[in-house]
Amino acid sequence: MKSLRFLLPLLLFVVLLMFLWVGLSLDPREVPSPLVGKPAPSFQLARLDDPAKTLAEKDLRGQVWLLNVWASWCVSCMEEHPVLVELSRQGLVPLYGLNYKDERAAAQAWLARNGDPYTLSMADPDGRVGIDYGVYGVPETYVIDKTGVIRYKQIGPVTPKVLSERILPLVRQLQAS
Amino acid sequence: MRWIFAAIVCLMPILGLTKEATPAAEDPILEQRLVHLAKELRCLVCQNESLADSRADLAGDLRQQIREQMKAGRSDEQIKAWLTQRYGDFVLYRTPIKATTVALWFGPFVLLLAGLAALLLYLRRRRTLVSRAGLSAQDQSRARALLREPEQDRSPPGAAAGG
Repeated sequence: MKSLRFLLPLLLFVVLLMFLWVGLSLDPREVPSPLVGKPAPSFQLARLDDPAKTLAEKDLRGQVWLLNVWASWCVSCMEEHPVLVELSRQGLVPLYGLNYKDERAAAQAWLARNGDPYTLSMADPDGRVGIDYGVYGVPETYVIDKTGVIRYKQIGPVTPKVLSERILPLVRQLQAS
Repeated sequence: MRWIFAAIVCLMPILGLTKEATPAAEDPILEQRLVHLAKELRCLVCQNESLADSRADLAGDLRQQIREQMKAGRSDEQIKAWLTQRYGDFVLYRTPIKATTVALWFGPFVLLLAGLAALLLYLRRRRTLVSRAGLSAQDQSRARALLREPEQDRSPPGAAAGG
């Protein structure tokens, strides 16, 4: 009983330490999206390569697809770009780009220079669709299932680790279902 | 005179770099309502600034959309719902009370009450312990002896140690 009385403060301290430790590893910039598990907001946007044609969220139903929000002015997009190029080379899942608040010419030049990993890109020049998707820091990537429900959101660059440990297993699971 | 000139010249690049005012204040009453609402909302880019204060691009876009929705006659509550649907409760500076936030709202009070209760219990127990223990006969005679000690015995420290 007596030893417990001396151990108790130590125990409380360890608990406090654990809380602080976990707190340190959390990223305050990562706000959990309320859209995960909800239907992907609908949109109908002009294609980046051909503004006369549009692409709507409805057109993509029936398949698992990734939506990657990118821009030519976005520095971190360069960081994830090789990962996306590699992903598109493997052809496991269609990758659609949402060109967020960008200029068409700049975006097209960026793709020509760095390589185009996207099945298609759509232009969202005033960022309205971006806001519907809760975008607050480019790049962001969404995994959307066959019924058009958002299943995962990656805030910030897709790293090889995130791709192989989170996105691809989820995609495989969704494709199988 | 000269230094005023210099100061103006130094300020010029700063003045030149500031952004143009956004096409806003057509309707001062609506603008006031916008600022009032935006002060309650967090900017997601620079998280410690409100949507009213932030100069981030996204904050400007969101203000513009809120402005349009206000013009369309939507209420503040509807606009807040529209925002939380996209960005979650995180955008609200005043977290709503619901199942997931109960601990956040009432946890501190529960902890305070628990602390007070523990303190009260401890004090009460200590009082009964002290009053019950009393002093043994030996302790009482020792205390009496100490109290009776003549003044000169309490020599100043150092004097007895002899240097």
